[in-house]
Formats: sequence, C-alpha cells, structure tokens
Amino acid sequence: MKMEKAILAAVTTKTDKVAGSAAVFTCETKEEMEAVAANLEAILDGIAHALSDHLYIIVKH
Amino acid sequence: MNEYTYPILFGIIVGTAIRVFMLRTDYRQYPTYLHGKIIHLSLGFIAASLGTIAIPSIMEKEFTAVTFLTLAASQFREVRNMERNTLSEMDSYELVPRGNTYIEGIAVAFESRNYLVIFTSFIVTLCYLALNIWVALGATILCFIACMIFMSGSKLSDIVTVEQSDLTFDGAGLYVDNIYIMNIGLPERQEEILKYGMGFILTPKSFSVRSTIANLGQRQAILHDVSVSMGVFRDSGTPALVPLIKRDLNDGRIGVFILPQLQDPARAKEIISAVPVLENAIQMPSKKR
Repeated sequence: MKMEKAILAAVTTKTDKVAGSAAVFTCETKEEMEAVAANLEAILDGIAHALSDHLYIIVKH
Repeated sequence: MNEYTYPILFGIIVGTAIRVFMLRTDYRQYPTYLHGKIIHLSLGFIAASLGTIAIPSIMEKEFTAVTFLTLAASQFREVRNMERNTLSEMDSYELVPRGNTYIEGIAVAFESRNYLVIFTSFIVTLCYLALNIWVALGATILCFIACMIFMSGSKLSDIVTVEQSDLTFDGAGLYVDNIYIMNIGLPERQEEILKYGMGFILTPKSFSVRSTIANLGQRQAILHDVSVSMGVFRDSGTPALVPLIKRDLNDGRIGVFILPQLQDPARAKEIISAVPVLENAIQMPSKKR
C-alpha cells in the first residue's frame, strides 16, 4: 500500500496536546516553535500546517 | 517516369507540407528540438506517401494495396504511445507537471495529425488524377483550411469567465475569495504567498461546463500553462509553495491560486483564458441524444 499523506513530525509548546508515534518536538515559545517548524519543513520536504496557536504538524503530501 | 509520377510527387509534397504546417513549437515546448521534429517530419512523409499511393493502386485495380492503410493505422497508434511515454517520463521532472489528461491530449493530437496528412494526400492525389492540377491546388488550399479548423480547439474563455480575486488568510487557511485552498502554518511562508501569489476565480458560463472545469486534469493543465508562461515561485523541496486549484462545491466555481514570477495580473488572466479545453475533460451532461 502506498501512503499518500503522513504526519512526519509535530512541533508544539503544549506537550499534553500531542501523543502517538510521530516525532514530537517541544518548544518553550511560539517563536522557537516557528523556527523549528520552518527548519523541519525544509529538511523533511513537507508542509508545516498550523492546527492551533501552539501546535504545528509537518505533513508529507 | 509514368503518368503517376507527378501526381504522386504532388501528393507527397502537399502531405509533408501540411505536417510541417501543423508542427509548431510554442509555449507547450514540444517538440522542442531538431531531433523531435525530424521524427515527426519523417512520419509525416510516410503518412503522405501512404495516402498518395492508395489512389494509383486503386486505379491499377490493385485493391489489396488499400490494406496498407491499416498498417499505417497501427503504426500511428505507436506514435501516440511513444509521445505518451516520453511526456509522462519527463513530467515527473517538471516543477508544475502537465498531468496525464494534458499528455493524453497532446499524444492524441500527434496521432490524429498523421491521419489528417493521409487524408490530405489522398484527396489531393485523387483530384490531380481524376481531374487536373488546378483542382488539386484548390483541394490543397481547402485541406489547409480544414486542418486549421481541426487544429484549434476551444479555449477556457469560451466556457468560463475569469476574474482576479484577492488572496486572504483566515488563521492558517489560505483563501481565494471564499474558496479554501490550503493550510499554511509558517508566518514567513504566508508573507511570501501574499507577496508573490495571485488568485483567480473561474465562473462556469453554463451548468454543463461545471464538470469540465472540475476535471483534475483540466485544472492541472491551467496550472502548468500559467507556470510555463509566467514562471513559478517554487523549487524542489518547497512543497508549501505549490500552485493549486480548488472548487467551490456550492456553485462549481474554481479558485486558482498561482505563484508566478512575473507579477502581471492582466497577463495571467490572458493566459488562463487561452488555456485549451482538454478533449478528455469535456463532458456533455445536457446532451441526451
């Protein structure tokens, strides 16, 4: 089976909001979270989607 | 030299000339270079010969010679396969791919143009042999006009109205007018998109064309044509910067989001209006019989 979409990583400032098998990066501030998400986006060739103010996911399309 | 020499020469020359006439390199960038062109000119020459030879064979009561034309048909179907394979292979390396529907359309055009060459040669030679060279010249002109009509399909501006629309962000959601396009998380990406992006709304002129512009292949063709003509603000490894088209489910309008390098909305509108309506995307839901 070919996976069409997958969550590669989650970046958050509230660890209790995320759980599961994807890599989770916890950050102190919103700015740090944005920087980490931007880097991960470039590294993983995915898109950083914002689910809320304190949660980003990197998705491979 | 016999009585068929000049008619045959005439038929082959006209047939090949019509292939040259139909073989144009434009923004679709295909066939691009000399080798691609030589392949099609040679095939055009073969097609012209087949169409031409059919007439003298019939006149000499060699009816079995017509079966050669079936050979030609299978030969030119190969042309279609060849074009399809080449273009599909190349498509994965395009920043904005053509899409399979567009490729199929191009491949079909290549096949059918060879048949047009056969018909032209056939008719022209028939006129030469049955009547005289002047009638044959007249038939040549008519064939050129007929080919011109067959070559030009309809454009997008025939079936939709194109209007520019603003790009807006609602939180992380990118919208063209009220059509949701995608979720862009990073603020810097959002800034880039607002700076370089452009939005257009395509409103169908009638109910029947809704499904045509909803066709994913037709949508991809729009994105490809715009990106080819105006450049595209993206690179491999930047999946967030991708031109997209989404549909308004309520009324069938489509929202086009593009990232052109050339910031000229009027030009973009012109290009979208001139995108060909793909044969394979056309549907006629209101036609019953």
